[in-house]
Amino acid sequence: MNTFPSSTYFSAPPDWGWLIVFYFFFGGLAGGCYFIAALIDLFGRPEDRPLARLGYYIAFPCVLLSGVLLTLDLNRPLRFWHMLIESNTFQPMFKLWSPMSVGSWALLIFGIFSLVSFLGALAEDGRIQSPAWRKVRPPGMLNGVIVVLGGLVGFYVAGYTGVLLAVTNRPIWSDTPLLGMLFVVSAASISAALMILLAHRSKWTMPGIGALHRLDAWVVVLEFLVLIAVMISLGPVFRAWVNAWGVLLFLGVIVLGMVIPSALYWRRQWLGDRNVTTAAALVLVGGFILRLVIVFSAQGV
Amino acid sequence: MAEPMGFYTDTTVCIGCKACEVACKEWNQLPSTNGGVNTLSGDSYDNTRRLDGIHWRHVKFIEQFTEDRKDGHWLLMSDVCKHCVQAPCLEVCPTGAIVRTEFDSVVIQSDACNGCRDCISACPFGVIEVNPASGTAQKCTLCYDRLQGGMEPACSQACPTQSIQFGTIRELHGRAQKRVAQLHEAGEKRAYLYGADEKTLGGLNSFYLLVDKPEVYGLPPDPKMPTRNLASASWFSALGAVVVGLMGIINFRNRGAGAQDHEERP
Repeated sequence: MNTFPSSTYFSAPPDWGWLIVFYFFFGGLAGGCYFIAALIDLFGRPEDRPLARLGYYIAFPCVLLSGVLLTLDLNRPLRFWHMLIESNTFQPMFKLWSPMSVGSWALLIFGIFSLVSFLGALAEDGRIQSPAWRKVRPPGMLNGVIVVLGGLVGFYVAGYTGVLLAVTNRPIWSDTPLLGMLFVVSAASISAALMILLAHRSKWTMPGIGALHRLDAWVVVLEFLVLIAVMISLGPVFRAWVNAWGVLLFLGVIVLGMVIPSALYWRRQWLGDRNVTTAAALVLVGGFILRLVIVFSAQGV
Repeated sequence: MAEPMGFYTDTTVCIGCKACEVACKEWNQLPSTNGGVNTLSGDSYDNTRRLDGIHWRHVKFIEQFTEDRKDGHWLLMSDVCKHCVQAPCLEVCPTGAIVRTEFDSVVIQSDACNGCRDCISACPFGVIEVNPASGTAQKCTLCYDRLQGGMEPACSQACPTQSIQFGTIRELHGRAQKRVAQLHEAGEKRAYLYGADEKTLGGLNSFYLLVDKPEVYGLPPDPKMPTRNLASASWFSALGAVVVGLMGIINFRNRGAGAQDHEERP
């Protein structure tokens, strides 16, 4: 009686619900897609540029949606700007040691970068006639500077949410320092998966798609290893997952979102043409369930 | 700055009258639960159940009974915000709504809070919640308005047994230590102070005299700052980003031959 595996068991849940689950998912997609697009711009061939543009086309709407979801989740949504400007003094509000404070600024800055790259992609595709926006696309130094900075801030947006959870006093969230790492790796896996799905839908055949397949196959394995490390690092708090959430984590994330997609990625003959798209769809589903389990399970303790 | 002020709560003399709860609710004009519809817990004399946005004081009724209920007693404790010297809620608040006052208490400015609820998950004691009337996070203010007017907080003034005592922290520490010594001399060797030392979040400006383990009273035995994980979590995230970045570079750089190999895998 009265034995608790951690001092975190006396805190109260913040009632972060579906809006936050969707934010974690779309924020991960935004950051991850931008990061992958930046890698393609920096290290890929010119014929892979449509793939990079696809990443920017995904990133900007996702980051916009993220801002909307976060604002709606506030109990006083019209005060969303209090995250950035101190309401009493109208001075900038910034706390380096508060992940939510830094994350709010990162989301704003990443929004600007993703908008710039989004407009650049539109210009390169000829959907808007603007020589000025065309200059932010390769070749050129300007593109390099924008995608390096945007890619770094984007990956920060994808991963800071895990750090934010760690910087609380809730069970599970604050009982491991690895959730940020898990979210970063998962952001890469779901982003590569979404780009694969959309590229296949457009019947693209550029060589970068093969690299994207392989990247996702590698990252899913890495994500599995990080998830196992998370479970081990929880120590006695792991028993908080010995329930329906743990079953969902095992079946929905590990089996459906990692093991089956890995098998499909590496054994191409199983489903023929639909092998890769099925694997990518499952990775997306698994990535969503991962965020769902982490957000909700810690609040039910 | 005025001298740090706070509460010393001697749980051994609490009689569970809930005068503190009523005084707190009245002074701070906190709304009733369910619009005043009477809801009983059904298994305890404790119908308040927990601290939240509209209950800034909560008298806990901890039953310690034998299975046949022939013998037993209650531990009673009036719980409240601890006004930690190193306050987790204040540390994480992204809007600057949570501030430290000249009395060393921790206050949420309702007009600045936007209801992000980060402070709720940061508080190791489960003290803060949203007040549905304001849509903002709320908790005990140590009656900041009364202190500014030279009065003591409503709860301690209403307490009929001096279980809740208000004063300067220095004076309260002295008073509490004498009480512990008195109880030890009288044979109650279990008596000790919770949160009076700096090891607990720099010291709690609302500390307790207890006669059982902290967790029996619903208090964490070892409350910690949320930022304890900040550096390690950030470094691990950065490591994850570097590994994924390297994987991306390797794949996109070598994708010509590599991707072909992969596509041709049987």
